[in-house]
Amino acid sequence: MTDTSKLQQSTLKYTPEHEWVLVDGSIATVGITAYAAGKLGDVVFVELPGVGSTVASGTVVGEIESTKSVGELFAPVNGTVTATNGQVVESPELVNSDPFGEGWLIKVEFETLPDLLSFAEYSALIGE
Amino acid sequence: MSQPFTQSPFTQRHIGTDADAQSHMLATLGYDSVEHLVSAALPASIHADLFRQDAGSALPPAATENEAVAELRALAGRNTVKRSMIGLGYYDTFTPAVIKRNVFENPSWYTAYTPYQPEISQGRLEALINFQTMIADLTGLTTANASMLDESTAVVEGMLLALRASKSGSRRFIVDTDAFPQTHALLTNRAAALGIELAQVDLNEQTTAEDLGDYFGVFVQYPSGSGRIWNPTNVIDLAHEQKALAVVAADLLALTLLKSPGDLGADVAVGTSQRFGVPMGFGGPHAGYMAVRKGLERQLPGRLVGVSVDAAGHPAYRLALQVREQHIRRDKATSNICTAQVLLAVMAGMYAVYHGPQGLTVIATRVHERAGALAAALRAIDVDVTNDTFFDTIRVSVPNAAEVVEKAAASGYNLHQVDANTVSVSVDETTTLADLSYIVGAFGGRDAFGHVDFDAVQHGLPADLGRESAFLTHPVFNTHRSETSMMRYLKRLADYDYALDRGMIPLGSCTMKLNAASEMEAVSWPEFAGIHPFAPTADVEGYLHLVRQLETWLSDVTGYDSVSLQPNAGSQGELAGLLAIRGYHQSNGQADRTVCLIPSSAHGTNAASAALAGMRVVVVACDELGNVDLTDLHAKITEHAENLAALMITYPSTHGVYEHEVATICAAVHTAGGQVYVDGANLNALLGFARYGDFGGDVSHLNLHKTFCIPHGGGGPGVGPVAAKAHLAPFLPGHPLAQSDEHYLLGAAGTTATVVHAGGPVSAAPYGSPSILPISWAYVRMMGIDGLKQATGAAVLAANYVAKRLEDSYPLLYSGDNGLVAHECILDLRPLTAATGVTVDDVAKRLVDYGFHSPTMSFPVAGTLMVEPTESEDLGEIDRFIDAMIAIKAEADAVAAGRWPADDNPLHNAPHTAQSVIEGEWEHPYDRATAVYPLASLVRGKYWPPVRRIDNAYGDRNLVCACPPPEAFE
Repeated sequence: MTDTSKLQQSTLKYTPEHEWVLVDGSIATVGITAYAAGKLGDVVFVELPGVGSTVASGTVVGEIESTKSVGELFAPVNGTVTATNGQVVESPELVNSDPFGEGWLIKVEFETLPDLLSFAEYSALIGE
Repeated sequence: MSQPFTQSPFTQRHIGTDADAQSHMLATLGYDSVEHLVSAALPASIHADLFRQDAGSALPPAATENEAVAELRALAGRNTVKRSMIGLGYYDTFTPAVIKRNVFENPSWYTAYTPYQPEISQGRLEALINFQTMIADLTGLTTANASMLDESTAVVEGMLLALRASKSGSRRFIVDTDAFPQTHALLTNRAAALGIELAQVDLNEQTTAEDLGDYFGVFVQYPSGSGRIWNPTNVIDLAHEQKALAVVAADLLALTLLKSPGDLGADVAVGTSQRFGVPMGFGGPHAGYMAVRKGLERQLPGRLVGVSVDAAGHPAYRLALQVREQHIRRDKATSNICTAQVLLAVMAGMYAVYHGPQGLTVIATRVHERAGALAAALRAIDVDVTNDTFFDTIRVSVPNAAEVVEKAAASGYNLHQVDANTVSVSVDETTTLADLSYIVGAFGGRDAFGHVDFDAVQHGLPADLGRESAFLTHPVFNTHRSETSMMRYLKRLADYDYALDRGMIPLGSCTMKLNAASEMEAVSWPEFAGIHPFAPTADVEGYLHLVRQLETWLSDVTGYDSVSLQPNAGSQGELAGLLAIRGYHQSNGQADRTVCLIPSSAHGTNAASAALAGMRVVVVACDELGNVDLTDLHAKITEHAENLAALMITYPSTHGVYEHEVATICAAVHTAGGQVYVDGANLNALLGFARYGDFGGDVSHLNLHKTFCIPHGGGGPGVGPVAAKAHLAPFLPGHPLAQSDEHYLLGAAGTTATVVHAGGPVSAAPYGSPSILPISWAYVRMMGIDGLKQATGAAVLAANYVAKRLEDSYPLLYSGDNGLVAHECILDLRPLTAATGVTVDDVAKRLVDYGFHSPTMSFPVAGTLMVEPTESEDLGEIDRFIDAMIAIKAEADAVAAGRWPADDNPLHNAPHTAQSVIEGEWEHPYDRATAVYPLASLVRGKYWPPVRRIDNAYGDRNLVCACPPPEAFE
């Protein structure tokens, strides 16, 4: 999964829950932002939904656990999970070291894309 | 006439600051008396004087230490220590004297705190990982936690674990009928609150899937409650076909001879380690245990010790997977329990270290043979022994059970009468053939000369259930056979740790005050230690009197009407209190009152307890001053008026402040038909000055291990009594095997009225952990109401003095009336971190180099330190701490000024071990003396941490929770 690592953050969509979304046709690739990873601290465990499971936008579908807190993974779209990042389950530190690349979490096939934040809107949200 | 010879009042021994010191501290704060200081901090609307003008306190005047110990002697004399053969999960045991003297009675072990600062806790962390390894080995499962509160609670937690982990979709839990009665009672009580359906089934080797229906878990006792041993493999396999989990309660001593639960396929094993050298103590404290198979680690409740590495790459222990716990996950936590039973787990683990696998097997074999000899001798005289299989317990069918039990009692033995025609006898490691001859005598089998023939021994272990897998193969269990070696091992571990016997432990919210030696005296007396929790009432008169007195005193100082001492921890007290509220609403036909309001500042345990009481948590916001946001409170009350069950509020707040509006808040909840739960975690800032029951509390739990001097034991035991107003008293926890569920009901009528606590039990034993109650009894007895009030004043004075003297270095985050705090203060380090990059961790670890235990880190607010000096520290120690904090601030400023790089300075590299300053070339921009002797006074009395800063993330990513091989330390 090296294609996502080369992406410019400015081309991504974002959610108020500090997730980024890469839209490619009907597939949304989802991860958490560097800001969120920094707030969580050292990530030690990632729990992701099963491939094939149906997810609803705004609901909790996974967990990202650090040594000091737990972040919930929300589905940004309605759809079906088509892939999960097995590498990040094995090496959760990827969420810290490369949140926009190797640290991606799930891919979801969707029909309609809800309103998501632009890079500028998200940057304003986190005060950067 | 000369003055009579008298002891110094105990208050002067307990309170660290004398009159001169207090004058100096008051002058620093600008007050002329402690009374005025507290009056300025405490809202006038809740002051006890408003409510208690006429009747004084019911507490007796303060006794001296000698007098109190003499009174305890008299109470002890009213207990009768018979040889207990009652069983039911509690067995007499020989505590090895080397463990009793060097652990149980050693302040280096019993005054330590929960090992949140792992660098200065390596000794007890190693002791706990020994315990975990022992449990994992004996149960044949992968990962064991660092102890549970007791066996029955562990079974409940096993049920809840199964509910979380099972993919069956069912809410039905199957319980083998042949389990201990107290465990049945706890399961019933706890399942009801959560809408779990319990099904009691007579499980056996022939059980079929049709017998069981749908379920998420099944519980089996092994050996069973009646003593027989059967093979649960079939039942476990059936459970797995249903995607259900199998929870097995197993006797640790029996497991040295029996096939392990893991080998039988169990997912979860639970039980108690009491019979590994921990006295029965009329019910506790003891260390329960829980172990799970691979894949369920993250579902474990409670503390878990794991191996990680320190900054030098050396192995080091610390608490693992802490985010499972309630202080992070709140109502989504794996459990509400914070406290473990560390001191008792350490003892049980050391029992295994001392005896080793062979020694334990010898003990188990002897126990089994004695039980077999008893069975054979009884059968020889045609007494009907009903179980052919057994480890240590046999059941006997007789025409008149009461008569047999009475006869045995007359000879000094307590047996268990199961029903009118059944007697149960349990053998333990202390049982002799002479004992057995009296037992046989009670069944009519002893000749005129007292002779019984024990030539025959019946074998009770089923052939297909013999132990196959090895256990306790790690060198630590095969090294310390001589007492010299054991003594030195215990000393070495104790020396790794920082406990109250080294210096101040200023942990905010933890109340690390003195645990006076005279308070500890009675704990190990045989009249308190050697009693079975289900002993006959006539044997425990002294205990029951002590319990009733303590209940009365605690009611008196809190303004409540009745108290239950049953809960084994603050979390269990919370649960008991919330279940009482639930019972009360249900009895009023208002079962739909299930919403529990909890301020965002509350300890996470509140939310976790509410969830387990079947309530729905609704969070109330706090304002910028850290107080409950009244606008939001009123909005939430209005929104949930129909369903409001309770508000949980901590007083003084978790922010260490006397919230001004607490009486208003309580009144608003009452108006809406809700009950007020006041979390008593911080009662030590109120005693003598105000009472929860006066200003609106309906029910509270207290922490005897904080406010009332029971030592923390390195992370347990705890005692969390629940105190309630009269209308809730009938719903406080009772117990099916209690000697009496009748308790005092204080009130206008004095102490003559009584009430039956008729709620379900929350602990395995009726009075929780009675053997440590003499500690709190002695504290109250020796302080009296005036002494308790003085202690409160001294604690408030010390906290405000620390806040004032540190205000130029570290801003105070929250304060109440007149800018004052209660008994603790939150130092805001976030500005320092922003300006210098120095973190809370850096300051906490650097304090170790200065010879201190850190204050509480990042609780209740991230990026802060919460300091609680308590009343027991003297001015010299308080000033030493303040000076260290000021010196550390100067070091941080040096980093900010660029004198030291951000990634190479004494703070970043703290703590410094001896090895780190001796080995190799010194290449840091500060010298070695700055590293380890930042103050000249440390040269002679230095505490050396055994490891450098520990990498928490490494350990959680590479989870190892058993003893690492010795080569790892080379």
